[in-house]
Amino acid sequence: MDINDLRSIVTVVSFVTFLGIVVWAFSGRRKSAFDEAARLPLDDDEFEQVNVNSAVKAAER
Amino acid sequence: MEAQATYNYKVVRQFSIMTVVWGIVGMLVGVIIAAQLVWPDLTYGIPFLSYGRLRPLHTNAVIFAFGGSALFATSYYVVQRTCHTRLFSDGLAAFTFWGWQVVILLAAITLPLGITTSKEYAELEWPIDILITLVWVTYAVVFFGTIMKRKTTHIYVANWFFGAFILTVALLHVVNSAELPVSLFKSYSAYAGVQDAMVQWWYGHNAVGFFLTAGFLGMMYYFVPKQAGRPVYSYRLSVVHFWALIFTYMWAGPHHLHYTALPDWTQSIGMLFSLILLAPSWGGMINGIMTLSGAWHKLRTDPILKFLVTSLSFYGMSTFEGPMMAIKSVNALSHYTDWTVGHVHSGALGWVAMVSIGCMYYLIPRLFGRDQMYSIKLITAHFWIATIGVVLYIAAMWIAGVAEGLMWRAVNPDGTLTYSFAEAVKMTYPFLTIRLTGGLMFLSGMLIMAYNVFKTVSGAKAVNDAAIPAVAGAHA
Repeated sequence: MDINDLRSIVTVVSFVTFLGIVVWAFSGRRKSAFDEAARLPLDDDEFEQVNVNSAVKAAER
Repeated sequence: MEAQATYNYKVVRQFSIMTVVWGIVGMLVGVIIAAQLVWPDLTYGIPFLSYGRLRPLHTNAVIFAFGGSALFATSYYVVQRTCHTRLFSDGLAAFTFWGWQVVILLAAITLPLGITTSKEYAELEWPIDILITLVWVTYAVVFFGTIMKRKTTHIYVANWFFGAFILTVALLHVVNSAELPVSLFKSYSAYAGVQDAMVQWWYGHNAVGFFLTAGFLGMMYYFVPKQAGRPVYSYRLSVVHFWALIFTYMWAGPHHLHYTALPDWTQSIGMLFSLILLAPSWGGMINGIMTLSGAWHKLRTDPILKFLVTSLSFYGMSTFEGPMMAIKSVNALSHYTDWTVGHVHSGALGWVAMVSIGCMYYLIPRLFGRDQMYSIKLITAHFWIATIGVVLYIAAMWIAGVAEGLMWRAVNPDGTLTYSFAEAVKMTYPFLTIRLTGGLMFLSGMLIMAYNVFKTVSGAKAVNDAAIPAVAGAHA
C-alpha cells in the first residue's frame, strides 16, 4: 500500500462523512433543535430594545 | 445574580470605527493607483508612491485593515449576543485590537518603503508575521473561550463560520509565512520553485475562501435575519453548505496557476473543485436572500437591508463567475487580464464591502446607544452611489479584460501576433478611466458614511453596554 492508496481512502472517507452530515442535517429528529437554533439571534430583541431606550433617555438627561 | 452583567461593547466599538477609517484609507490608495494607471506620471516618480509599492498597500489595507476590523467587530458582537455571555477576556480582546492596529501601521510604513516578501497578500516581512500570529492566536482564544462559556445550548451557525475563518486563517498564515530571516527586513520563503507557487496560491485562494467568504458569511447569518426580523430561511441548508464549503475550498488554489509549471493533474483538481464550489457558495447566497421571503416590502424602505441583499447578489454573481474563470479554456482567455481585477472587485466591493457597510450601519447606533443612524437618507445615498460605482467598475474591467485576452491571442495567418502589447494597453485606456470613476464613487460613499457615523457617535452622550439576558440559561 503506497501513499496514493491512503490519499484515495481519505477522499472517500471525507465524502462519506459529508453524506453523513447531509443525512444528519435533513433527518426529522433535528428539526426542532434547528428551529430553536435559528431563533437565537432574534430571541434577545426585547433586551436590546430596553437597553437602547434607556441609553437614549440617559443621553437626554 | 447576573442582571448587572453586560456584553463587552468597547472592543466592538473600537473595531467598528476603525472599519470606517481603514475603509477610507484603503479605498483612497486604490483610487490613487487607479489614477496612476490613467496618468502614469501622477506621483512624479517618487519611489514610495510608485504603483508597485502602493498596490500591496491597497490590498493589505482593504482586506486586512478594513475587512479585518469589520470581522473582528462583528464576530465579537455576534459571539457574545448568540452565546448570551461576555467575551472570554476583556484584556486579551483589547490586545487583539491594539495588536491589529500596530500590524496595520507597520504595513503602512514598510510596504511603501519597499520592504516585502513579494508573496501576494502576504507581503509583510517576518517580524510583522510573528506579531500577526500572536494577535491571531489571541483572537482564537477570545473567540473560542467565549463559545466554551456560552449560556445557550446551540452554537449558532454564524459562529461556525467565524470559527472556521479564525482557525483556517491561522493555519494558512503560519504555513505560507514559513520563511528564513536573513536580516530584520529580509527573509526568504521556506519553499522553492513550483512548491512555493502552490503553497502561495493555496494560501491566496483560501484567504479569499475563509477570510473574505466564511467570515463574511458569518456576518450575513446574523445581520440579515436580524435586519429582516426573520430567522434564517433554512438552518439545515446552512449546516450542509458550511461543511461543503469547508471540504472544497482548500483544493481550489491551483486555478491561479493554470498553464504554469504546476503539474497538469494538480491544475485539473483545482479546476474541478472550483466548479464544485458553485454549489456551497450559492447555498449561502440563496439562504441569505430567501430569509427575506415574506419581508420583501422592507427592502423598499430599508437601505441597510438594500446593502445586505445587494451584497448577496454580488456574492452570487462573483461565485458564479469564479468557477467559470477557473475552467482552463476560459482561464486561457481571462488570466493576467483586467477581467480578473473586475472579478475580484465584484467580490470585494460588491460582496465584502457592502455586507460590511450594511452591518456597520446596523451595529454603530446600537453600540453607541442610539435608535438608528443620524441620517437614513444618507445611507440611501451611500447605497446608490456605491452600487453604481461597483457596476461601472466591473463592467469596465470586463470589457477591457475580454478585449485584452482576445488581442493578446490574435495571430495572423503567418503565425505572427496581430497586435503589439502596447496596442492592447492603449485599448484599455477609456476603460481604466471608467474604472477610476467607479472607484471614486465607491470612495465618496465611504466619506458619506464617515460623516453619518461621526454625527451618530458624537450625538451619543451616554454609552451603555447592553445587559446579558439573565433568564437565558433557564429556557435554553
